Amino acid sequence: MDNKDFRSVQRSVRKKDAMQLLLGKPVYTEDVVPRDALVVKILRSPHANALVETIDTTIAKKVPGVVDIYTWEDVPQNRFTIAGQTYPEFSPYDRLIIDRHVRFSGDVVAIIAAETEKAAVKAMKLIKVKYQVLDAVLDFHTAKDNPTLVHPEEDWYPPIECGGDARRNLVASDCEAHGDVEAVLADCDVVVDRVYRTRAFNQAMMETFRTYTQMDRYGRLHVISSTQIVFHCRRILSRALGIPKSRIRVEKPRIGGGFGAKQTAVCEVYPAFVTMKTGRPAMLIYTRNESQIAASPRHAMEIHVRLGADKTGKIRALDLYTLSDSGAFGDHGPTTVGLSGHKSIPLYTGSVEAFRFGYDVVYTNHQAAGAYRGYGATQGIFAVESAVNELADRLGMDPTVIRDMNMVREGMTMPAYYNETANACALDRCMSRCKEIFGWDEKFPVRDMGNGKVRAAGVAMAMQGSAISSVDVGSATVTLGDDGMYNLTIGAADMGTGCDTILAQMAAECLDCDLDQIAVFGADTDTSPYDSGSYASSTTYLTGKAVEKACLDLRKAIIDLAAELLDCAPEDVEFKGNHALCLSSGKTVSIEDISYKAQFNNTRSVVASATHSSPVSPPPFMVGMVEIELDKLTGHVEILDYKAVVDCGTPINPALARVQTEGGLVQGIGHTLMENVTYDKTGRPIESSFMQYKVPTRLDMGRLQVEFEQSYEPTGPFGAKSIGEIVINTPAPAIAHAIFRATGQWHRTLPITPEAIALGKD
Amino acid sequence: MEIKLTLNGKVITEEIEADLLLIDFVRKHGCYSVKRGCETSGCGLCTVLMDGKPVFSCSILAARAGGHSIQTLEGLQEEASEFIGFIADQGADQCGFCNPGMVMNTIALLRENPDPTDDEIRAYLAGNLCRCSGYEGQLRGIRAFLDSRRS
Amino acid sequence: MQNIRNYVRPQSLEEAYTLNQKRSSRIIGGMLWLKMGNGNIQTAIDLCDLGLDTIEETDEQFTIGAMVSLRTLEQHEAFNAYCGGAFALAVGDIIGVQFRNLATIGGSLWGRFGFSDVLTVLLSMDCQVELYHAGIVPLSEFVNMKRDRDILVRVIVRKTPGRFAYQAMRIQRTDFPVLTCSASRMNGQLQIAVGARPGRAMLLPDANGLLSAPDEQPLTPEKIETLAGYAADTVPTGSNLRGSSEYRTHLVRVLVSRALGELI
Repeated sequence: MDNKDFRSVQRSVRKKDAMQLLLGKPVYTEDVVPRDALVVKILRSPHANALVETIDTTIAKKVPGVVDIYTWEDVPQNRFTIAGQTYPEFSPYDRLIIDRHVRFSGDVVAIIAAETEKAAVKAMKLIKVKYQVLDAVLDFHTAKDNPTLVHPEEDWYPPIECGGDARRNLVASDCEAHGDVEAVLADCDVVVDRVYRTRAFNQAMMETFRTYTQMDRYGRLHVISSTQIVFHCRRILSRALGIPKSRIRVEKPRIGGGFGAKQTAVCEVYPAFVTMKTGRPAMLIYTRNESQIAASPRHAMEIHVRLGADKTGKIRALDLYTLSDSGAFGDHGPTTVGLSGHKSIPLYTGSVEAFRFGYDVVYTNHQAAGAYRGYGATQGIFAVESAVNELADRLGMDPTVIRDMNMVREGMTMPAYYNETANACALDRCMSRCKEIFGWDEKFPVRDMGNGKVRAAGVAMAMQGSAISSVDVGSATVTLGDDGMYNLTIGAADMGTGCDTILAQMAAECLDCDLDQIAVFGADTDTSPYDSGSYASSTTYLTGKAVEKACLDLRKAIIDLAAELLDCAPEDVEFKGNHALCLSSGKTVSIEDISYKAQFNNTRSVVASATHSSPVSPPPFMVGMVEIELDKLTGHVEILDYKAVVDCGTPINPALARVQTEGGLVQGIGHTLMENVTYDKTGRPIESSFMQYKVPTRLDMGRLQVEFEQSYEPTGPFGAKSIGEIVINTPAPAIAHAIFRATGQWHRTLPITPEAIALGKD
Repeated sequence: MEIKLTLNGKVITEEIEADLLLIDFVRKHGCYSVKRGCETSGCGLCTVLMDGKPVFSCSILAARAGGHSIQTLEGLQEEASEFIGFIADQGADQCGFCNPGMVMNTIALLRENPDPTDDEIRAYLAGNLCRCSGYEGQLRGIRAFLDSRRS
Repeated sequence: MQNIRNYVRPQSLEEAYTLNQKRSSRIIGGMLWLKMGNGNIQTAIDLCDLGLDTIEETDEQFTIGAMVSLRTLEQHEAFNAYCGGAFALAVGDIIGVQFRNLATIGGSLWGRFGFSDVLTVLLSMDCQVELYHAGIVPLSEFVNMKRDRDILVRVIVRKTPGRFAYQAMRIQRTDFPVLTCSASRMNGQLQIAVGARPGRAMLLPDANGLLSAPDEQPLTPEKIETLAGYAADTVPTGSNLRGSSEYRTHLVRVLVSRALGELI
């Protein structure tokens, strides 16, 4: 543990944009663009699988105010992926801007550009489409080797081989093993053999997808978008539109929430295409309905767990098979599935002798899935943590004790996690602290409250990663400006998480200055240093380290300049933040004077840019405990208390880390109890609005309490690991556990509805 | 048709289409704090005050607002400034997209009930969804403001 | 969003009624459900200038104008004192304060929506609606009338002394209910209404005096059990997104039993 008395990090400071946001200032995409942009609307397929036989836009184009309407005949024929991933992407190139073959109910049939929304909507109704409706793959169990192919096209292309085969409806497939799982399972006293199911939950960020595009003063395509991935977005647009990257600039203003949804270029290509065609500014704002049915939700998964243990509770073997529904396109399909095993099995590194993890990711004619906070880990942890709770029940053991026996601990090498070593791991302390603040020993026993109501408790552990090891890149540029202020320029995307502030805190710490002296800007492909973007729990850990490196380099540059002013050797100069000191002469020069010098007859650059990548992805860990009151008659579950203790290394801004945790918990509660994703017989999504897709209100989440157990991650900035994603992982298994305690029935399918509870169905 | 209403204290007379929604009217007049989060009258992002009462501006015709006084956060910056710093201190602003609606409804709550309990706060703000914060930090912020006012 | 050609604020009920005789006209009420439609309205009729936004109280009754908001009625002390807070309880989980400030009592009842908490809670009260053309009609009758081009002007709740209870089951707190139930005990008689079945709320018919409950006789657990069973057997239920018919019938028993339990 680092005991250094920090000045800026490990402090709960306000987000730099907080007052602007709370005062409702115009800082989001829709607020910052000109009023006269063309309105872009999309005509979507009502069918889950069909070919556009004919499409007639003649009458629609005559609607006053309609500028143009584009169909499959008008678009480039380069297949691409909209997954925001480092090139070459793991996701197959399986999309066109508009494809004649529409593959889910909601797929794009035509793009309408009009002067007003009314005209666009009117035109949409007048487009005549004749579809040849095809059989659809609507049950992902039947997708693999189904005679109906979701992607029969010849030019389907995976940039990276990952076991996919469009001829088999396979996006990806693999299996890995360590030790002889079958032999160890055969030797176990108890085997929990269960199947768990999760849904294609929607991120439901409050700001829907939206993009504005225009031609800039150089005749380049200027894209202002609510995106987590400006650089990937530039590359995706370049490929989709067939124009060079040098002709594209992508920037993001403030983002109204992302949670991974905006790690996919869900809507950017459409207005960009309109602007390229018309030369005019264009704006596409997804309706909530479009955000629900044609976006980038979680991959629905079915996870078969076989967990073997001896009768003392020692977990000896874990065998996972995950079937993942990628939907109509493969965005993030090959990668999300990996986390269902890689971020669940290692939790039991303390005891597991053998494991196996296999998976198939399949195409279906559902909405394509994408990236959602947790990214497969959430699904895997629901399965494995539930199985461990089932094991504890079978053995009559306290589930916290069984975890204490088996959990990963600091210093262990994790074979199921790329053989990384847990250099910073306070999971054991998280467990004991959580038990203490929760009052586990009093609350775990089931209590009958009368009138059919029962109180019960449940527990789960979780882990995640911090950035994608040996892939993700974080960068930061720090510049000394006037009066000793600094510009920190990043390519990471603050989507409400507060990373602009957190990174500025780190810079202020490194430069021994006040936080107010750091002006942050991000993200813009024309000005930001390259950053993969804000996803995969990478920004604090990876971009943070880049900030640290850049600031250390900048200090050297400042010292060089100060040495010139102090007329001494740089080795003789110490930088103290507000001044530099010549150690031998005792002379000082203020940072203001140094910065003036930087702008006056100067030949030394006082800019430092650093880039960072990490060969490891240190996992944060956490424990969550929930107390519920369950109404056995109606099946209603009321969350009373949710306590969580998190090890994210050093929390750089504890207030923001806490709110991240609370927000993740409530999303997890929503997925467990009230958010559902179902389809009608024809594959049309039913929960297509907030009237049907019910995210938790503040009356649905009980009382939350979050604490941190610090560890110190040697590879992270100031010992930090990540926080953004892990926090969504414990509610499902913990609540399912509590429901079992209250009712005696395990529910292995999410969401767990009151009906399922009251009628004892799963 | 022509309507006349007061928007943040300013009288506006304007020719509008009959089906123009109040949210689009106020945004057109520069009140960008008013956001659209759903199309189904259920997220609270578009909350404005009509004659002092909080309403969903996405669910009311601008025509209905004729003859009434409409306030958006643009017109209530000072009143909001009394308490929003406490929410900022919690980091509960997060992405901020739901903030204006939540702040507006909190203003309405505090006018109606200057010293609400935590449960009264939760109940009054139930129609303001937030996907980022998990709500608890917003509550802590409002509570901290109320406590500071007491002492 | 509906396309609306004209917006009119009639200055008399007669004017409103005349305008409303056209099929392309629509009274807009609180607009909340109306705006989610996708059709064309030639004339949107707004009753807001007709003084229908007041609640009048006499010794005998509450007369509630059609344009009174749910929030106003929820906060009306005398009305909630009369019904023991049942109304405030029934509407308290409808979306949020901002919604209830717009939603009108007239619009809520006129729609005769299956999911309506308002309809359910008022059905077990001594409640009538005043229609401009058809006159005063008991709510229990109005609920089954076909939607026509009349205008709901006022809602009348008679101050018949009694006790009232309300129960609803929701998956998420401000969602549409999976099932609603209200019960009252007035003049030695029980009234039980069940809504969100998911069909519109209905009053339980009294078979063989089963609903008779003389004031001096307490409701025994056995009687409640019998009545809950009777309700579950009698109330037709269906399936939708929020629950199956089987679950709803199960809930009828539970909620009726709990509501009656409050009337002992």
